[in-house]
Amino acid sequence: MGKIVIDPVTRIEGHLKIEAIVENGVVRDVRATGNLFRGLEIMLRGRDPRDAQIITQRICGVCPQSHGIAATLNLDSAFGIADKIPDNARIIRNLIQGAHIAQDHILHFYHLAALDYVNVADVAKYEGNDSQLNSVKDFISRGALGPFLPRYEGDYRLPKEVNQQAVAHYVKALEIRRIGHEAVSIFGGKIPHGVGVVPGGVTSVPTVDNIMAYIWKIKILQDFIDNVYIPDVLAVAGAYPDYASIGVGCKNLLSYGSFDLDGKSADYTTRSRLFQQGTVSADLKIAPLDASKITEQVRHSWYEDATSNLHPSHGETRPQYGKPGAYSWTKAPRYDGQVYEVGPLARVAVTYAKGDPKIKEMVEGSLKKLKAKPTALFSVMGRHLARALSAKFIADSLEGWALQLKPGEPAYVPYELPDEATGMGITEAARGALGHWVEIKGRKIANYQAVVPTTWNISPMDDKGQHGPVEQALIGTKVKDEKNPFEIVRIIRSFDPCLACAIHVVTPKGRELGQFRVA
Amino acid sequence: MVKEIPVVYLQTAACSGCAVTLLNAASPTIKNVLIDQLAPGVHINLRFHPVIMAAAGGMAIQAMEDTAREKKGGYVLVVDGAVSMATDAIYGAVGERNGQPVTMLERVTELARDALAVIAIGTCASFGGISAAAPNPTNAQPVRKVLEAKGIKKPLVNIPGCPPHPDWFVGTVASIILNGLPKAEDLDDLLRPKAFYGKLIHENCPRRASFDEGKFAKKFGDEGCLYELGCKGPITYADCPLRRWNSGTNWVIGAGAPCNGCTQPEFPDEASPFYEKLVDVALPTIGAYWAGKEEKK
Repeated sequence: MGKIVIDPVTRIEGHLKIEAIVENGVVRDVRATGNLFRGLEIMLRGRDPRDAQIITQRICGVCPQSHGIAATLNLDSAFGIADKIPDNARIIRNLIQGAHIAQDHILHFYHLAALDYVNVADVAKYEGNDSQLNSVKDFISRGALGPFLPRYEGDYRLPKEVNQQAVAHYVKALEIRRIGHEAVSIFGGKIPHGVGVVPGGVTSVPTVDNIMAYIWKIKILQDFIDNVYIPDVLAVAGAYPDYASIGVGCKNLLSYGSFDLDGKSADYTTRSRLFQQGTVSADLKIAPLDASKITEQVRHSWYEDATSNLHPSHGETRPQYGKPGAYSWTKAPRYDGQVYEVGPLARVAVTYAKGDPKIKEMVEGSLKKLKAKPTALFSVMGRHLARALSAKFIADSLEGWALQLKPGEPAYVPYELPDEATGMGITEAARGALGHWVEIKGRKIANYQAVVPTTWNISPMDDKGQHGPVEQALIGTKVKDEKNPFEIVRIIRSFDPCLACAIHVVTPKGRELGQFRVA
Repeated sequence: MVKEIPVVYLQTAACSGCAVTLLNAASPTIKNVLIDQLAPGVHINLRFHPVIMAAAGGMAIQAMEDTAREKKGGYVLVVDGAVSMATDAIYGAVGERNGQPVTMLERVTELARDALAVIAIGTCASFGGISAAAPNPTNAQPVRKVLEAKGIKKPLVNIPGCPPHPDWFVGTVASIILNGLPKAEDLDDLLRPKAFYGKLIHENCPRRASFDEGKFAKKFGDEGCLYELGCKGPITYADCPLRRWNSGTNWVIGAGAPCNGCTQPEFPDEASPFYEKLVDVALPTIGAYWAGKEEKK
């Protein structure tokens, strides 16, 4: 037993701390603490509703475009135009969000997750003539190795040549994800924090030259996803087979669906989407999505108890730091009172369970290569694989959509700002189910609530004391080397949390047995 | 012998958009900035950056604190985000010391005190930005306010933008490497490098001629100046129209959207509502000379 302090866990977004109690080398209990409160929902009150899509993108600079889409769908519904958005606008929104998410998945695997598996130091032994690798070798030989050292030592299992190739891919992936952002900017103006998506449609108009520019940037992403990203995920999964059963989690998965395939229905929970809506559990049986079952609980969060278990459409954000029993700025979203994981695994599993033929072929083909069963999807490697397949499923759809655009036809529909209205916008961000809710009074925002994917995943315990998904995925995990707790950071990063993070491993009584530092 | 310039990149109350925009640096690329010699004989040694560094936990904080101790007076502190100055600054912490969270305010104060210079990246760190939007529930403040409150006199450069263009940051760093710390005349009164923030968006806007001619877009998708749709270009200093974004692919007004004034201290409160026309401002018109003259035809 020992107390391991890892503070913060890096290569995730934002500020998070996790305390894990380890007994006899096994994680017994976990507390996830969101360590930053910014109060954006409070700031939105009293503002022009249309400004929500600009302000809510600033919740997260990693998935701003998904917030922009959620806010816009939310406002479309509040303004009564959810079923009147022109096809050009629906498609351009998909192109903006699609290129963004595809590059985000690449960023996560190579720049946030890979350093847990890939031994960069092997590049020092590189003897070929790849100029990129030689520049990294030169960098290593100079001895100032930030940001690659220090790091955990020990469990790096890939052969030298594979490590070297993976580092070359790390560098290449920087370029590829930048090109993904360039594709976003063709219709979105710029990114991070795009400007192209607005209630009523989009600001840009399709032209043949921007359609072609977009398509050929996407082809670069597709080539990388097919020939580098997916093979690398399979290679890592093959070298770390135990991670197909580590970090299982709650086995309840929730998807809001995303990428509207038609805009005729105003009901986002049933309209036709590329990634489909619903929930699945361990048996992979599908259940329809019912947005009224979503609540946010705050018994263990630093918010007033009176605001617990409310549906987000009348949710409240009233901070109360130091509340007894609370340990996080993060609320605990629950679906039908139960704990649900969101993310690429959830949307791929829901779309698989609904029988989409392309997803079925992709999932089954990958599992066959890994000689794994569908239950292996509930794991660290399952999440990485699902993320890569999510990237492919999206990227492979974009060219066809771009070719459906009709230059010369409208991409925006004017509307009247209502005096009073309520709205809901739901979509899938890179990290999973994202929902925005608004209440408008006197043509101003009276209340705005955003329930973001990482809030689902790193949520603290709920009113019934049920642990959140990341907490559950950590509990019961064997930690082989407490000085280099790879298992814990690999599990956390498999969720791609949008929070920088600290991990504490304490004894059941909280007794400290010495802080750990690795040179 | 390659000269190493240690850098500590601290994230405070922000959204990581500034970290992501830096990944979009195109020439030099972010790999050139961090791995290669950015200028001959000089390498940026990024010792702490929570989003990309391999280390985690105590090991990461150690790298930060070691840099401050070992390179005292010789490292550059980059702050990404506003800093909560609420009574006990409970709203944000970065790592721990002796089992207690260390607030972002304490981190910025300690690291700035021993730095060679401080760069505030993004509008949150420069002016408060979105993190300090009304009613500013966490009393979020820009780096300049923190330094003033703590009596820290260090060279400070603001690189605002929500997020800033990567060139504005990389160009400022390159300028420091090649020419030393910026002189007073290199910065405007808001401590922005004039090289990037010297002119109004409106001065270089390709739709400027429409403004001068009084041709205004009435709805999105229309041709013409976006002034009546809320464009804040006439009050916003930045070189977006010339530099363009995402490797020069496009920019805000290029996508038919109004500028929202994100490089300004007015962002977001006084720059919004974002889709409402600015109060009328008196601006010279480029076509004034030809107004009423026969030669025009």
